[in-house]
Amino acid sequence: MAGVRVLVGTRKGAFILTSDEMRQKWEVAGPHFGGWELYHLKGSPVDPNRIYASQTSGWFGQQIQRSDDGGKTWAPAGNKFIYDGIPGTHQWYDGTPHPWEFKRIWHLEPSLSDPDTIYAGAEDAALFKSTDAGQTWAELSGLRKHGSGPKWTPGAGGMCLHTILLDPENPQRIFIAISAAGVFRTDDGGATWKPINKGLRSEHIPDGTAEVGHCVHRIALHPSRPNTLFMQKHWDVMRSDDAGDSWREVSGNLPTDFGFPIDVHAHEPETVYVVPIKSDSEHYPPEGKLRVYRSRTGGNEWEALTRGLPQQDCYVNVLRDAMAVDSLDSCGIYFGTTGGQVYASADSGDNWMPIVRDLPAVVAVEVQTLK
Amino acid sequence: MIRVILPTHLRTLAGTGREVQVEAAKPVTVDSILDALETAYPTLCGTIRDHGTLKRRSLVRFFACEEDISHEPTDARLPEAVASGAEPFFIVGAIAGG
Repeated sequence: MAGVRVLVGTRKGAFILTSDEMRQKWEVAGPHFGGWELYHLKGSPVDPNRIYASQTSGWFGQQIQRSDDGGKTWAPAGNKFIYDGIPGTHQWYDGTPHPWEFKRIWHLEPSLSDPDTIYAGAEDAALFKSTDAGQTWAELSGLRKHGSGPKWTPGAGGMCLHTILLDPENPQRIFIAISAAGVFRTDDGGATWKPINKGLRSEHIPDGTAEVGHCVHRIALHPSRPNTLFMQKHWDVMRSDDAGDSWREVSGNLPTDFGFPIDVHAHEPETVYVVPIKSDSEHYPPEGKLRVYRSRTGGNEWEALTRGLPQQDCYVNVLRDAMAVDSLDSCGIYFGTTGGQVYASADSGDNWMPIVRDLPAVVAVEVQTLK
Repeated sequence: MIRVILPTHLRTLAGTGREVQVEAAKPVTVDSILDALETAYPTLCGTIRDHGTLKRRSLVRFFACEEDISHEPTDARLPEAVASGAEPFFIVGAIAGG
């Protein structure tokens, strides 16, 4: 029977939420890895029982966990993330050079064709790849060494490579995003990279239209149109129709264009979701109303989705990796909050209900559609 | 045998109880204990000291005979009470954060 499995990473462990295709009744399993920060969990598109998790701790460092039974049991994989060569320096908050230091894995992106191949986005920013199910990792150092690395700076949350998008039509093409450097693309499987930030404007950096230095919070694409990218930047919601070569703003009538996640409807490539946040200094929804905004026109025209979401006294945040969509016939949308709620909509965002209300702060939400 | 007391999260990770016993090379030092510990429990590699540099992670502390020896040279000989197994070697997560 069809159903969904929602993989939730929190500040204090991982939770797995399952339901049938109606998505009304849920089972909650966890915490897995209680007490650890789970920055991201994601399943292989090829083998849904293969799930990878990034388990991290300020005390005890980084672990990668792997499940081969849909998250029931887990085993540690490899955690040796070593930068290729002498890592050098990037720019620190005060403009001085600062040594590159591995801190954690923010994002895991399994291959679209091989369950043993997976990419990992690191803080300090770098892209790693494993072809043996996470046992060993090698840096794709062409990204860090492409030339602008010494100018990259950390965002408030650290200098993290937080988004990895694999092009379903071109296995040689990968998009990644770094806070605060911007978006980069490879067209040769990760050997060489170029920044693709033309059209971005960022008032908080000395040169607002610089090639790198932009605090990109998240990018997303629809698998049927991999040349169209959507971006939630620090401020501004952006769109590209040429694989990132140029961007234009599509914030339109949003109440604020600051936010973290952005995602695309599973069946409608022009339907996009964001969660507006009041400002970069006030990380909660404007007016205390938790509203998802949906555009059915690929941006510019946005409508507030509120049914089932708290519309008063709500001051949670929704982090960049904490929104996902399923691919059932009636597309499901999911997001988690720093207040520990995970909300689900089984009808493209028209109506929402909380799956759980009292988890630790949610860092990441991914969905597996089980058919 | 050297007795090693692990913090809760590392016990969970390694699938052990509070105390593990390892056979460390002599002379017994922090380095030799950690070498033996990581050989017996490979999943602990990178959790107590960094890969590559082998530097103690900053929020991990080492105690022997009720003394904090975290800042002592890791190749210094440990007290005989630890080397003989009379006293355990403690690996502790520093009190920090929430």
